[in-house]
Amino acid sequence: MAQEMNTFLGGCRVLDLTDEKGRFCGKLLGDLGADVVQIEPPGGDPGRNRGPFYKDIPDPDKSLPWFFTGLNKRGITLNLETADGRQIFRRLAAKADFVIESFAPGYLDGLGLGYDGLEKIKPCLIMTSITPFGQKGPFAHYTATDLVGVSLAGMARLFGEMDGPPTRISAPQFYYFGSIHGAVGSMVAHYHREMTGGGQHVDVSCQQAVVLALRIAAETWDLLKVNPRGMGPGTSLSRPAPRTPVYVPIVRQCKDGHVVAMVFGGAQAGFVKSSRALVAMANREGFALGLKDFAWEKMDSSTVTQEQVDSLNGQIEPFLRSKTKAELLEMALQEEILLVPVNTVKDIAESPQLQARQYWKEVEHPELGESLVYPGWPVRWTELPAYRPQRRAPLIGEHNTEIYGKELGISAQDLVLLKAQGII
Amino acid sequence: MTEQVFEGIKVADFAWVGVGPQTSRELAEHGATVVRVESHKRPDVLRTAAPFKDLTPGIDRSAFGTAYNTNKYGMSVDLTTAKGKEAAKRLIRWADIVTESFTPGSMAALGLGYEDARNIKPDIIYYSTCQMGQQGPLSKFGGYGEFGAAYAGFSHLLGSPDGKPLLLVNAHPDFIAPWYLVITLIGALLHRKRTGKGMYLDQAQVEAGVSFLGPSMLDYFVNGRVACRMENRDPYFAPHGIYPCLGQDRWVAITVTDERQWQALCRVMGGADWLEEPRFATAVSRKQNEAQLDGLMGEWTRDFTCHQLMAMLQDVGVPCGAVQTSEDLFNDPQLKARNHFRFLKHGVIGEHAYNAPAYHLSRTPNRIRKAGPCLGEDNEYVYKEILGYSDDEIADMLAEGVITTDADVPEVLRGN
Repeated sequence: MAQEMNTFLGGCRVLDLTDEKGRFCGKLLGDLGADVVQIEPPGGDPGRNRGPFYKDIPDPDKSLPWFFTGLNKRGITLNLETADGRQIFRRLAAKADFVIESFAPGYLDGLGLGYDGLEKIKPCLIMTSITPFGQKGPFAHYTATDLVGVSLAGMARLFGEMDGPPTRISAPQFYYFGSIHGAVGSMVAHYHREMTGGGQHVDVSCQQAVVLALRIAAETWDLLKVNPRGMGPGTSLSRPAPRTPVYVPIVRQCKDGHVVAMVFGGAQAGFVKSSRALVAMANREGFALGLKDFAWEKMDSSTVTQEQVDSLNGQIEPFLRSKTKAELLEMALQEEILLVPVNTVKDIAESPQLQARQYWKEVEHPELGESLVYPGWPVRWTELPAYRPQRRAPLIGEHNTEIYGKELGISAQDLVLLKAQGII
Repeated sequence: MTEQVFEGIKVADFAWVGVGPQTSRELAEHGATVVRVESHKRPDVLRTAAPFKDLTPGIDRSAFGTAYNTNKYGMSVDLTTAKGKEAAKRLIRWADIVTESFTPGSMAALGLGYEDARNIKPDIIYYSTCQMGQQGPLSKFGGYGEFGAAYAGFSHLLGSPDGKPLLLVNAHPDFIAPWYLVITLIGALLHRKRTGKGMYLDQAQVEAGVSFLGPSMLDYFVNGRVACRMENRDPYFAPHGIYPCLGQDRWVAITVTDERQWQALCRVMGGADWLEEPRFATAVSRKQNEAQLDGLMGEWTRDFTCHQLMAMLQDVGVPCGAVQTSEDLFNDPQLKARNHFRFLKHGVIGEHAYNAPAYHLSRTPNRIRKAGPCLGEDNEYVYKEILGYSDDEIADMLAEGVITTDADVPEVLRGN
């Protein structure tokens, strides 16, 4: 019990049947202290074949996406398509608090292991299903990769060059969004269970999870009948007719890369002060002298012309190009300028801010003979010990003996039989 | 009606802009009583940002200002006045949870920081959320979510490899951070139930963003590789792209991740000669020749609408999706089946759309019943029923400008 009080979810058991679509959800619950058991098909989950790999060695026990989403989990193998496998799963479910799954809708029901089946074994169970589009509806059986998912959810349309195709972020997001909303639904249901004792089914749509991340794009159609689209490295301001939208560049070249900077005036909080400070810095080095006394506060986004915006930005650009990302950031912090560097993963790894907050966490990988660095939990808390990863992602079937043998009391002889028959 | 999950939980919601209010909204839609604390003198930035009803600015006219405040009660107060601070303290005494999202130190300067709140209510749960977190050399950085998205690495990973990094107009981490905060906050509520103790939570939104690049970060730490933007291509799969379709600026996403899908795609494409060429015969050769493959795919897709292609290819198991616009989302049969958009009547904007959560709970569904409040809309209820002020006291506070009104809105924010 003492150990259980040390984390938010200590003492909770999670059975994680997900593939790459939902695996991040169990990781989040594991981060909060739950005992998460990842259940893979014998031979390992196909997601283990997804790169990049540790030292670029394509090995199912060296996949970096697997390392990341398998953090804080134990791992067993089990074939649910056998009678023995189903029986073993039911025994595990009887002692579990959460089951997370991401199969095609109806698949587990067909095996008698859907929510209706498991609820009879464990009435207070929370079962969380994470699928691209949810359990029911006309697209429920559509298949989706990250690119397909973010396209259908409206996110790809928000990014891209003015004259180019809609664009996705070059790192998968669709299933992470679905998974984190799965964790939210699971926690809401968990709170309810702690209060009333009742379990329930949580049905997550990754598509909806991404629609929730479109900022104000849907509302813009609803109110104005305008479809926002990618505007390259900038944004556009819609104004009352007959005025046309104004394009405002925001990502700009600097000496060694790019920065994001807002050079604008008017009513929005911080713009005037920021633009004045930036111009003052530029003036000090002989740049943008034409903007010395510019009346930023009088700038009005509903009347400003494209020529004015282009002229302001053109005058400030040579100054930005003369400075590095680091120099500009330091200036921005001192003078309260709305500017940050466009960070690469290297910049992020070296960020003094993330280091000062001890964001990075080392996790030992004994079989690799080293510790690897992982992102931490983005909320600090008092009262409980700080977040610390408990274990690296499991190897294939790493905890079969621990869980089947010690916990369920399956004999060594039977374990060999189950292995021989492709059940574990 | 069954009881809702967070019925009885009370939230003093000082947080503004995106992340803090989205977090408290989640509780409000599951039955918590949430009082949104605002001032006309310095309105929430989102109230001053588009989209406005009829394109006309005004602090109660923006759908951005209402989006994250469903089911909440609106209270207006000037926290710089002594009486305003007293009202805030009464609200904290009433509350289980206090929220804030200002520049670090602002709430403490008002006498409303975590330590102050704990003196008022020893078991208070209190969250602070901001771009960079409460400490560290960049903690005072006050930029918007687009800035956080650049700092967290997303801009560098968006766009074509030979072009500029692009802007994350959705302020990406602003829509990741709330969910980490909700998860942790529920943990804090359960911790309080077990131990009787409150908790302070300190969120860095940028850190939440970085976590969604986990494998790319590991690839850097382990292999020294600096991930770069690759438009819509994938490191391992081809074809993997967004292709032009029939119509003005319409597009479709098509991805092929195994041999079976490639064969299925070829059948649908109807045996064009180039499909038989050696340069596209194997997964490795398709990846090597992906630029040519993408060009030829695009020639084929432009004769169909994106929704036609989606139906044709999903039918044979090829991952394909229309690139949907905002308008498409409102017509999307799947989102309709999930009852995603909910229409609520707002006092000024009229009936307009709100997003529902991405998860459905079988026994305790969320309920969206009240549009985001106009600024100070529920003052009477909040000051009288929750805070216990008399009519005379309320009249005084109105006269003294403690309870702010439309007349207090700065000239530049009034619109036309």
